[in-house]
Amino acid sequence: MPVFWLILIVLGISCAGFVLGRYRAMASADDNSRNLHSLPVYYGTHVFMKAIVPGFGLMILWLLAQPLVIDNRVSQMIPADQIDEGSTIGLVMSEVRRTAIGLENAVAQGAMDAGLANDGNADVDEVTRQLKDSGQVVTANITQPILRAAQAYRDMRGTSNLLMSIAVLLVTLGGVAWAVSQTHRGFRARNVVEQGVLAILIAAASVAILTTLGIIFSLVFSTIEFFKLYSALDFFTLLEWAPSFSGRGGASSLGILPLLWGTLYISFVALLVAVPIGLFSAIYLSEYAGPRLRGIAKPLLEILAGIPTIVYGLFALLTIGPLLMSVFGDDGLGWMGGGRSVMTAGIAMGIMLIPFVSSLSDDIINAVPQAMRDGSYGLGATKSETIKQVVLPAALPGIVGAILLAASRAIGETMIVVLGAGAAARLSLNPFEAMTTVTAKIVSQLTGDSDFASPEALVAFALGITLFVLTLALNVFALYIVRTYREQYE
Amino acid sequence: MNDMRILERDVDTKEVKIAAKNVQVYYGDVRIVKPEDVAKAVEDKRLTHAIKNVNVEIEDKTVTAFIGPSGCGKSTFLRCINRMNDTIDVCRVVGDIRIDGEDIYDPQVDPVQLRAKVGMVFQKPNPFPKSIYDNVAYGPRIHGLAKNKAELDDIVEQSLRKGALWEEVKDRLQSPGTGLSGGQQQRLCIARAVATEPEVLLMDEPCSALDPIATAQVEQLIDQLSKNYSVVIVTHSMQQAARVSQKTAFFHLGDLVEYGETGQIFTKPEDPRTESYITGRIG
Amino acid sequence: MSDASIQATPEQPKTTSLLVADPHTQKRKTAEKRFQAYGLAGIFAGIFFLIVLLIAILSSGTGAFTQTFINVPVYLDPAKLDKKGNRDINDLKKVSTFGYNPLVQNALFQIVQDAGVETPFEKTKDMKALISASAAAQIRDVVLNNPDLIGETVDFRILASSRVDGYLKGRVHREDLARDKNIDAEHLDIVDALLPSGVVRKSFNLGFITGADASESRAEQAGLGVSMLGSLFMMFVVLVLALPIGVAASIYLEEFAPKNRITDLIEVNISNLAAVPSIVFGILGLAVFIQFMHLPQSAPLVGGLVLTLMTLPTIIISTRASLKSVPPSIRDAALGVGASKMQAVFHHVLPLAAPGILTGTIIGLAQALGETAPLLLIGMVGFIASNAPDGLASGLLDPNSAMPAQIYEWAKRADPAYYERAWGGIIVLLVFLVSMNTIAVLLRRRFERRW
Repeated sequence: MPVFWLILIVLGISCAGFVLGRYRAMASADDNSRNLHSLPVYYGTHVFMKAIVPGFGLMILWLLAQPLVIDNRVSQMIPADQIDEGSTIGLVMSEVRRTAIGLENAVAQGAMDAGLANDGNADVDEVTRQLKDSGQVVTANITQPILRAAQAYRDMRGTSNLLMSIAVLLVTLGGVAWAVSQTHRGFRARNVVEQGVLAILIAAASVAILTTLGIIFSLVFSTIEFFKLYSALDFFTLLEWAPSFSGRGGASSLGILPLLWGTLYISFVALLVAVPIGLFSAIYLSEYAGPRLRGIAKPLLEILAGIPTIVYGLFALLTIGPLLMSVFGDDGLGWMGGGRSVMTAGIAMGIMLIPFVSSLSDDIINAVPQAMRDGSYGLGATKSETIKQVVLPAALPGIVGAILLAASRAIGETMIVVLGAGAAARLSLNPFEAMTTVTAKIVSQLTGDSDFASPEALVAFALGITLFVLTLALNVFALYIVRTYREQYE
Repeated sequence: MNDMRILERDVDTKEVKIAAKNVQVYYGDVRIVKPEDVAKAVEDKRLTHAIKNVNVEIEDKTVTAFIGPSGCGKSTFLRCINRMNDTIDVCRVVGDIRIDGEDIYDPQVDPVQLRAKVGMVFQKPNPFPKSIYDNVAYGPRIHGLAKNKAELDDIVEQSLRKGALWEEVKDRLQSPGTGLSGGQQQRLCIARAVATEPEVLLMDEPCSALDPIATAQVEQLIDQLSKNYSVVIVTHSMQQAARVSQKTAFFHLGDLVEYGETGQIFTKPEDPRTESYITGRIG
Repeated sequence: MSDASIQATPEQPKTTSLLVADPHTQKRKTAEKRFQAYGLAGIFAGIFFLIVLLIAILSSGTGAFTQTFINVPVYLDPAKLDKKGNRDINDLKKVSTFGYNPLVQNALFQIVQDAGVETPFEKTKDMKALISASAAAQIRDVVLNNPDLIGETVDFRILASSRVDGYLKGRVHREDLARDKNIDAEHLDIVDALLPSGVVRKSFNLGFITGADASESRAEQAGLGVSMLGSLFMMFVVLVLALPIGVAASIYLEEFAPKNRITDLIEVNISNLAAVPSIVFGILGLAVFIQFMHLPQSAPLVGGLVLTLMTLPTIIISTRASLKSVPPSIRDAALGVGASKMQAVFHHVLPLAAPGILTGTIIGLAQALGETAPLLLIGMVGFIASNAPDGLASGLLDPNSAMPAQIYEWAKRADPAYYERAWGGIIVLLVFLVSMNTIAVLLRRRFERRW
């Protein structure tokens, strides 16, 4: 593991730099730290920082760029006729990579001669056999060009790793030398170190931005790819979702509307369960309950929020589904064909959202000023009249915001619908029928052995971006409502 | 105006509307089982003795002012009269308060019914986030005072007139009550309180959030209202007490120090503490 | 004040007694009671659902912690296991599990006959339905580790097949056997007959907690251990990355960031990231870490990176809250004795905020531990991770599953025996979550400071 060793060496050099910087500073100050501008430890840290930051920075950049460059050069080596009908350059390249890694491991284990591994004219069958014997993953179709490409790939990776090690070590040592040469008694080491730390803090804060950018780029690029292969108009208007499993796009109808319908229907059922229960419990807890009931009931309800969604998914599939079947299934009313349905998933999701609605509404009801209630009581209103006619109307915008936040949660929920809602996309009004959602289809299109370049897989990114935009818009809107509501009473 | 007040002061045969005897109020989150616990808790500073042994008789169709320094218990006592203190968990009221001879802390008394009879106006104008019309109609609606829309319209108009606000808002009854100016809001709150046809009107520093012009309007209004109601007003301003009230009670550290004709309290106070307060040495 | 003067005529005050409630008030009091009942009903509905959920988990899941075992003395026949008779380990290895199957079946058949159970079965092969397919491998491992045992009769405690286990746990009913190809009623008769002697008995199933997942047909052998390690390595990645990055970001935003557009942008960003559906983070992981950076699929490292990005907003939000709760006077005091702003923050503010940060981190970790959806997209599901990783590198890079992903995998399988394991897995998962949250609550209680 050369990278691992390189990391250790860079760390070692930096630590040595720390000691050196501290020593040099003390020496320049006649071994009296009072003569220094900063504490001795800052001089050490200064050297340490100037060594480790460029070293690791270069290493990370190199490791990110290396696969891109090598892939690009190797893929030019593969003749066009090597790409079978129904395959892509991407698939061939993963073949090449796999072979190269196989060669690498086989040589490392001593199962293969280094000469054979590098021999461009080596017998393909012989190489394949030796690879198999040493327990490497090998597919049947290693051909001469692929073998050559794999050898070139391996070669370039080796060279690149060597170059990287040298460059990183040089940069690290250069950093030490530069920092040590700056070190003398008047040098403002603390200020420099603090600026460095500040830069690190800023970098950490921008991880959030990078994440958002990462999400947007990963969604947008693949979505553009998808719309090159499949008409955007069809995607947004077709009333049918029927991906073909083997074909290459021609036979698939990938309309998002049935999925959106399923998503919204299930979310609606979930809100139908969560909003009344959540809202009434919030009202009772904030307006009626004594401290004892509040102290017991509130944490109990919040347990529901801490339970992972996989649990609710299982609960939907194995408890709610059979329960509904016994009432609405063939033995009962006959409305339900199977345990998975809009109701099954909707009820489980509703239970999950109860604490979400109740704690948000609780906060919002508590934000209504007491003066408002006093005014109502002073007129002889009962508590319920006060709540219904004064508190709730005053809290309405905030509660609407809370419900929208809950709706956005429901729309983005995955595990419950994957397990509880079913797999068939359907535009139906019957809540006891199985339907599917955007999130469930993202999972099913991106798992399994599908080819990532086919429209059937790429459609998941288009679904993802729709989901992202939908939940983001709901959230921004809901947070805006809640914030203006809070400001009104501050 | 002045003549009228003097005239009313001469008539001293008014009947007693509210009679309070030995009223004590304690604040504090303490479980009290036996009466002895109270004294102990007060000693331990776990309970605050906010009102100590107050006895007062408030007359009908009179403006009674409660004055005293901050924290002296005058607002707390006011809130005892319509049991608004019930809404505060940690507040305990002991003693006997009677309105028209009926004990309002009797277990059979519904505070809701009591508050319809004893209206209240608060320190800060607190209109509901509803239209002006709905603000005033709120009380009559919950108490079922109007049989139909026309009657309700009539109650709203009469109340707004009593609140001296009708002329200013009659064209925009459906606009939100929160959009009015501070003085208008307070008069709206008074109109709102009047709309439930109370017999007693409690006012907790109704002018403290208002400018002088709005204050003058509200004070004039109080004077008018005292023809029909018994008005009790808590105020920080001695001038205001002198201007609007016929009777004045001076509270200090939870005690009712002195109670009597307003003129007498301000000119010939009997208690040295009253004198100190009036001359500005305490408070 | 003309308005007021109009109404100068005094009204007749109505004299209703306070002691008698009028009918209207009584109606209103009923409405009040009704409304209160709605509120109580809401709370009880919520708690009712919680209880139903917990009962469902416990009643269906506890079964996974016990398993039916069969105690059999197996004669390790040298004629079958070591035909050459030289005990050479390489020769022994050539005998596959197929060679061991008859031994186990023989042994069980012997027991059945010795016990005098009336049974229509005449061939030892008919015993196959009672025994887990893992039994042969279990015996083979013992023999290969200790070749000297060949020729002796050794007592083994082997797993019963999942149907037998299901029969004893009440999951498999005799009425359903007609449709079941895997076991017959006569097999169950044998089980009933062997129960009193203790040959077949249920006992605690350590394998469920420590073992690896098994193939679809061997539900009795499947365990959670390896995926638990997968979760552990992921949590390690999350802790190592999310805590420092989260704390650094919070310190910047709370203490140093100038009030400008970029800061606003970051803050809006963080609050929105907290609400992005977790599946979208899965897409991010797939596109960036696997397709772009070529990190290995199904590796806990990738899972950890995705969960780190997902947990960061939670940690940042709670860290900022605890930094904010440190009063400014502390900072002023430090600055007043000549510390730099950086020193004030790192020497005084951060240590005071540490308990709050820790609490937030644990809660974030708990959230990450239960998360499933993004793991599906980066491939941490759908295969059998059979071996426990043997070190940090293999733990991070070798394909593995995670606890919730393993539960999902089991829930998808057709055999109802796996449902019991899925519920059992949930119990284990919840035990972890509850203990993490309890630690967080205790920490908060212990170190909470009121300024």
